[in-house]
Amino acid sequence: MAIRISAETPWYDLFSRGARDWLRHNQKVREAVKDTLPDLLAGADLMTRPNRTVAVPVKFLEHSRFRLSDAQVQQGAGQGKGEPGDVLQPGREEGDQQGQAGGTGDGEIRFVVELKIDEIVDWLWEELKLPELKPKRINTMDQPEYIREGWDKRGARSRLDRRRTMKEAVKRHAVQGNTALKEDDEPLSLINDDLRFRQLVKRPSPATSAAVIFALDVSGSMDEAQRRLAKQFFFFALQGIRRQYAKVETVFLAHAAQAWEFDESQFFQASSSGGTVTSSVARLALEVMGTRYDPSRYNVYFFYASDGENAAEDRDEARGTLVDIAKQVNYAGYIETGGVASFRPRDTQLAEIFAEIKGTGLPVGTSHLASQDDVWNAIRQFFTEQAAGE
Amino acid sequence: MTDLELYATQIEELAKRLGMDYYPVDFELAPASLMTEIAVYGLPVRMPHWSFGVRYIHQLVRQSMGHSKIFEVMFPGDPCRAFLMDSNSDAENALVTAHVLGHADFSKNNQLFARFHSMAGANIVETAAAHAHRIQLAIEAHGVERVEQVLDAALALESHIAIDGELHRSRYPEFIEPKQAPLRSDFQQRFSQLPGVDAPAKPKAGQVRAPVPPHSEYDLLWFIANYAPDLEQWERDIFLMVRCESFYFYPVFACQIMNEGWASYWHARLLREADFLPQPLYLSAIKAHSDVVRPFASGQETALAINPYYLGFSIWERIVQKHGMDRARQVRTEEDDFGFIRNWLDEELAEESGLFVYEARPGDEIRVATKDIASIREAILAPKFNFGAPRVAAVELKHDGSLTLKHDHGNDGRGLDVTRAKRVLEYVNRVWRRPVKLVTVNDRDENVELAA
Repeated sequence: MAIRISAETPWYDLFSRGARDWLRHNQKVREAVKDTLPDLLAGADLMTRPNRTVAVPVKFLEHSRFRLSDAQVQQGAGQGKGEPGDVLQPGREEGDQQGQAGGTGDGEIRFVVELKIDEIVDWLWEELKLPELKPKRINTMDQPEYIREGWDKRGARSRLDRRRTMKEAVKRHAVQGNTALKEDDEPLSLINDDLRFRQLVKRPSPATSAAVIFALDVSGSMDEAQRRLAKQFFFFALQGIRRQYAKVETVFLAHAAQAWEFDESQFFQASSSGGTVTSSVARLALEVMGTRYDPSRYNVYFFYASDGENAAEDRDEARGTLVDIAKQVNYAGYIETGGVASFRPRDTQLAEIFAEIKGTGLPVGTSHLASQDDVWNAIRQFFTEQAAGE
Repeated sequence: MTDLELYATQIEELAKRLGMDYYPVDFELAPASLMTEIAVYGLPVRMPHWSFGVRYIHQLVRQSMGHSKIFEVMFPGDPCRAFLMDSNSDAENALVTAHVLGHADFSKNNQLFARFHSMAGANIVETAAAHAHRIQLAIEAHGVERVEQVLDAALALESHIAIDGELHRSRYPEFIEPKQAPLRSDFQQRFSQLPGVDAPAKPKAGQVRAPVPPHSEYDLLWFIANYAPDLEQWERDIFLMVRCESFYFYPVFACQIMNEGWASYWHARLLREADFLPQPLYLSAIKAHSDVVRPFASGQETALAINPYYLGFSIWERIVQKHGMDRARQVRTEEDDFGFIRNWLDEELAEESGLFVYEARPGDEIRVATKDIASIREAILAPKFNFGAPRVAAVELKHDGSLTLKHDHGNDGRGLDVTRAKRVLEYVNRVWRRPVKLVTVNDRDENVELAA
């Protein structure tokens, strides 16, 4: 018999099979996490928060096998002191049960995956093959901008390029054979010919700021699930827009019979028992555009989520104001929530209005959100339409 | 020659003198990292699958908390392959060498091991490495997702082989054998000659196709490999490789108590008789022995599990003491854990060891339920029936290729865990590629049908 101890690197040291399969598992975890992203992201007030990461608690993936359901009373063999009837482990108090729930089991280990929202959104864009948005190029929006271009020997003092100037001086000294460049004691002498000034050229450039106006119907008929869908859509629409513009500002408007402006944290909590008057929020949006986000200087996006039921007498008014909005913005999106999947006997009033507006060639899109999956479709539709419209 | 090699040689000479009978053993000192992987995969080189990654992390965590210490891993065959932990002390490794010889003796002679040996050849380590290599080639050819899909299904059904069946099995006969015409007795001949009696109608000509499967088929890996309507050759291959490894694991699983007990008996005996070992080394080795075979963690008085090393060791000591070594060797050859526990774990030993059956009720209260010997035996054996898996059979393959599985809940006592069963059906569906359904019962004993 011999006991082998090999001197060279043994085959099993070359790589770790356990680590390889662990990495593969983690890859699958990330994929699984991505599948639940819409829900995760809609959970928190992430739209305007600066610190943009989400921590996702994940369990190990389980490779399932056929197993019997848990028995009411589980039996096993044990060993030690004890007579029939002896209690080996007291039952938990009712109160403890809460704290234990979910975390028990045989040494279950959980870990937290921290995901950057920007990463997630990048991934989504790749995955969904969404087009990149482009700022609209209308002349009125173009802001003249000065761009540095080249240098000149003459110019205003304030545009003196010191670094360039010094370089010229060094070069000149070298050419003149003045090789004894001193360190600090003797400053390099400058002559007028060494001076270099930055030149500015005037160039028109498209506006790079965007304003996104979210309008949400918070009347009694919008239930929790519908708002959640709206929130998810809003979130991803905003992320997509953020990818494109240097500066994005958000406005949150909620309405029932009246409209109010909120900040994000209150926006999705707001609710009202009043009726639904769409023109109220449309008018408020117009007002916001008029006072703060002039569509000639901002790329304005308008998204409106509602269950589609509007007061009958508001129809003309709503139509008029929405057309006004559609004429000024880059894009106006209407998201209709609710309804049992695809079972919709007729178009709602708002769906009809938006369809009409779209018919006139204005940049308007409508989507219907009944379930989580629709959010992706709506996002894809919005961004493709938007990109095609350019 | 290192000290360990010297001891190992001497221990082996002693083993031969004591009449141990085994194929040669190749020992290899291996680092902790490899030992951990072997504990996780069951084999030094095995097919890749993400589920092993999860077990790997669990094992690392257990080891870092000190709950799990690996001494040796031994693969039966001709030669046997044994891996010793290079960081263990010489005393521990001398003990382990003796222990491994016990396993080697067991696996050469036990009929379950011998049966696998004769069906699959004598070198599981290389067989499994070859499987891993073929799967690697499949990954290169078809991509990791597709191979993973097959492995998801095959490994989920890992325990669903017919444990008494053959490793190499041909397909079902395609046609029902025509029935032999009954022999005609004298009376029948005379009767048929009577006037006015018509000859019986001739059976229709032609062969009758046998239904698939002709009976409930519990060897699901084999059945899928052979009858899945759209399985490609390489996918079928994967199923059969997983099945082959399952056949290897079955004797290890079904003889664990006996096998560990036998090895512990022999390491104790060999050390006792090894007068060539230096005294301090002998003492540390015996200390390691008592750590291995002690029934509970130190400082505790009860355990809610039975240490198979302890239990097997005690039973073997008693058999040798009461019935002699020849009888013990016969038991080693003929039994598996079921026979071993039922025939040889007697009331006296159970009483001495303080074995009991406990019950855990909802709310986690745990009580000692009984000390009845029959109940103790069944409680020990319960997790071992049918390779530790519920009894699920393929019962029908319809003309459209859809498959029906049936859970034998009568035998198992209750229904399947529905969430998991559904996921397994999904795995199966992805390779079967036609509808798959499963019949089991819920907790009110009503039939439920799951589909994927």
